[in-house]
Amino acid sequence: MKRLWLFLPVAVFALIAGAVAYQLTQPRDEFVRSAMIGQPLPSFSLPPPGGGPATLSDASFRDGRPRLLNFWASWCLPCIAEAPQLERLRGEGAVIVGVAIRDRPEDVAAFLQTHGNPYAVLAADDIAELQLALGSSGLPETFVIDGQGRIRYQHIGDIRAADVPVLLDELRKAGS
Amino acid sequence: MTVMKWLAAALLCILPLPAAAQSAMPPAPLADRQLDDPRLEAAARELMHTLRCVMCQGQSIADSDAPMAGDMRHQVRSRIAAGESAEDVRAWLKARYGDYISYQPELNRVTWPLFAVPALLLLFAALVFFRRVRVAAKPRR
Amino acid sequence: MIAEIGLAALWLAAALAVFQLVAGGLSLRPGAPPVLGQSLRPLAVLQGGFALLSFAALLVLFATTDLSVALVALNSHTAKPLLYKVTGAWGNHEGSMLLWVATLATSGALIAALERRLPERTMHAVLAAQGFVASGFFAFLLFSSNPFTRLPMPAPEGVGLNPLLQDIGLALHPPTLYLGYVGLSVAFSFAVGALLTNAVTPQFARVMRPWVLGAWVFLTLGIVAGSYWAYYELGWGGWWFWDPVENASLMPWLAATALLHSVSVLAARDALRVWTILLGVIAFSMSMVGTFLVRSGILTSVHAFAVDPQRGAFILALLALYIGGALLLFALRAGTILEGKRFGLASRESALVLNNILLSALLGIVLLGTLYPLFAEMVGARVSVGPPYFNAVGAVFALPMLAVMTIGPLLRWRSDTARRLARPLVALSAAGLLAAVLALLQGDIGLLPLSGFVLGAMLVVASVLPLGGRSFRRTPLTVWGMVIAHFGIGVALLGMASDAALTRERLVAMAPGDAVTVGPWTVRLREVMPVAGPNWTATEVVLDAQTAAGGRTITLRPQSRTFWAPVQQTTESALASRWNGQLYAVSGGPVDGGRWQMRLWWKPFVTLIWLGGLLVALGGALSMAGHLRRDTVRRSAARRISRLAAPVPA
Repeated sequence: MKRLWLFLPVAVFALIAGAVAYQLTQPRDEFVRSAMIGQPLPSFSLPPPGGGPATLSDASFRDGRPRLLNFWASWCLPCIAEAPQLERLRGEGAVIVGVAIRDRPEDVAAFLQTHGNPYAVLAADDIAELQLALGSSGLPETFVIDGQGRIRYQHIGDIRAADVPVLLDELRKAGS
Repeated sequence: MTVMKWLAAALLCILPLPAAAQSAMPPAPLADRQLDDPRLEAAARELMHTLRCVMCQGQSIADSDAPMAGDMRHQVRSRIAAGESAEDVRAWLKARYGDYISYQPELNRVTWPLFAVPALLLLFAALVFFRRVRVAAKPRR
Repeated sequence: MIAEIGLAALWLAAALAVFQLVAGGLSLRPGAPPVLGQSLRPLAVLQGGFALLSFAALLVLFATTDLSVALVALNSHTAKPLLYKVTGAWGNHEGSMLLWVATLATSGALIAALERRLPERTMHAVLAAQGFVASGFFAFLLFSSNPFTRLPMPAPEGVGLNPLLQDIGLALHPPTLYLGYVGLSVAFSFAVGALLTNAVTPQFARVMRPWVLGAWVFLTLGIVAGSYWAYYELGWGGWWFWDPVENASLMPWLAATALLHSVSVLAARDALRVWTILLGVIAFSMSMVGTFLVRSGILTSVHAFAVDPQRGAFILALLALYIGGALLLFALRAGTILEGKRFGLASRESALVLNNILLSALLGIVLLGTLYPLFAEMVGARVSVGPPYFNAVGAVFALPMLAVMTIGPLLRWRSDTARRLARPLVALSAAGLLAAVLALLQGDIGLLPLSGFVLGAMLVVASVLPLGGRSFRRTPLTVWGMVIAHFGIGVALLGMASDAALTRERLVAMAPGDAVTVGPWTVRLREVMPVAGPNWTATEVVLDAQTAAGGRTITLRPQSRTFWAPVQQTTESALASRWNGQLYAVSGGPVDGGRWQMRLWWKPFVTLIWLGGLLVALGGALSMAGHLRRDTVRRSAARRISRLAAPVPA
């Protein structure tokens, strides 16, 4: 009995080493993913850039059409890289709602002038309120919202060419 | 070993944000402004120190310079000023980002060993100590 | 040429380590030729010499900014101050690992050259173990982290060193910590050697003690330096964040502290034999685990430094070999060690046992909390374990431990009576009560800081009580060491409690001429001006601060710096230390309309944290000196006796 206790330290160590070894072989997720997937959009309303009456609210998403909700900003460098892919998505029939984070209206206008405007609706969020409410962890970021206003999918980071079919597929799934 | 941590913080949070890639807009109103009521501010402060910044994951939102950390501080302060308790705000953020965002683990199906092991250790410590003493108290042959 | 010399020296040192392992292992077999054992000491010394030579070569490469070496090109720059060129040698994974291994080999060389009190057979086993550990880490360097790799073509200019690392505190923090981490390898090898040769005796403990003390002193200094550096360089106002990397340095310290105390029991009373051996193994194991956690990037927040799963796998294999091997050896052999002497409930031993159990439990908590996110990930959950957990759960074990610490040193060995302690207990209670009243007068401060004030005050008083009734001149150094170290813990505790409970914070946007109050200070923004340094430019905010009571105005100059190579911005906080606390200012950059975002803190008595830490290290150093002196005196006395006993030559 006494002898068995002496094996306790090596047993504890084996447990730890095993867990660590297993974890080393696992791919690491560097991002904090949203816990809101599957949840309905929280209620919100946002004005267009430059202010004025609200043009975007959670109700805007509940008309039966699935949409992409894209968070971006004119000052965000990867957003420039993403612009052509958004254009492609729009060409494939995706409805894209843009929310500009902490941005000045003149900068937004200049950006859209230079890189194209893929957005069906554009709203401004100066304190990243909606971004936080959706559990988004950075810019740019794109959510798939189904026609009942439910959050279905989250894409973190800029959209690359390879991500376009994935997003179109998610949109299709959200629509069916 | 703190060295490497700050290296981490620096690489993750400073390098990807050259001066050009920062918002020209001022941060959210309550990102860096204290609440007037010192009790509410103290509650907010304590909470902010226990929330992880989602961009610079090694830092709390109280310490981070990342713009999103500022937005989160604004949410924390404005919600607490509106009368929510610190735990309400924590729950709101956990519903959005998962348990990972809070440095304070809650007791649940996954985390119970975090609380059971210390209890066991305490028991074990008491056992070892009193056994030693009892054995010691017995006269030696 | 110098890079090649460094690499050759490294290979030679590695080969010698393997020789040392093989020769040492073979020498333990019955009937082994004596030359095997005799070769061990020279081998260890040579190995240490070559490892140091290799590290010296790296220093030269960095000092001269040899851009044909990949490591230099990636981590240095010609336009850097010479001091930071040299210290940059260990500001990266490969260089710091070389320093780690060089320290390991030097420790081995030192025991080989100096230690003559153990039975030769045990010594051979110890040196074999040291060679075993060293050869693995040499292999790690040579096969996965070679610091001397040449570039196919010299780089035109270096990438530069992270500006956060261009700081003197930071330059000295890693080597200090490594001396501590790696110094514990000596305790590890001693424990393994004693297990192999069944030589766990009070003499063994006396031999081990100065080495443990030495490593512990450096570990303490390293942690204190790291904590202060984080405090002033990061500008977050905090001094401990319970980050995995910080915990990685705390765990070996907790184990070494426990070991230090159990070694004393073994040396003085021949008790706790098995336990001391186990702690000897665990202390260095924790150093290796710390190294692994930092290098593998397996835990969040530890991202940047050499995030390389392959290196992680290599170190993990080494850990499995060394820690697993030593613990298995312990499990198989510890049963043969006879349990030592017994003792009563009210005795110095029982207080030390309690201290050991609680320190080990604390170590268990830190290990659990640090690694738990990893276990949770295995079932697909992501959790964070941070300050709220460590503070609360740690307190459950730390508070009773500190309470025992107040009376433990007053107890006699073997057995004591409660009656003898009546008077000191009254004094302690009075000190605690006074602290509690004073603390509660400051308002609602929370339970943990309150306990900190009470226990800190009690400890400060209790720690000097063992001096009572002694003549100062005749008090042994070792007693002074203990008194000062325990006093230091009390002082640090008061600082922590004060920082937690009494800090005042102001976040404010200020224009020139604006004034704000923080604590007793009124801080006025005088001007904002540009300044230039050797490899940076900065905007400096000039603040004048004065207390309500009047007195001299002090000027604080926090900066936002922009470094050129690499291009990076840092904030340089400004600190003004007064006897009763620190005023701390950080500039957060321009806001709008010519205003500057400022973060100001008044932190009463915060400096006591690091002052206490330094006292702890000083106590350890004094104790070490005392033991070394006593050992030399004993040895020369023994020599004289043996000379007297020897037959007089005719």
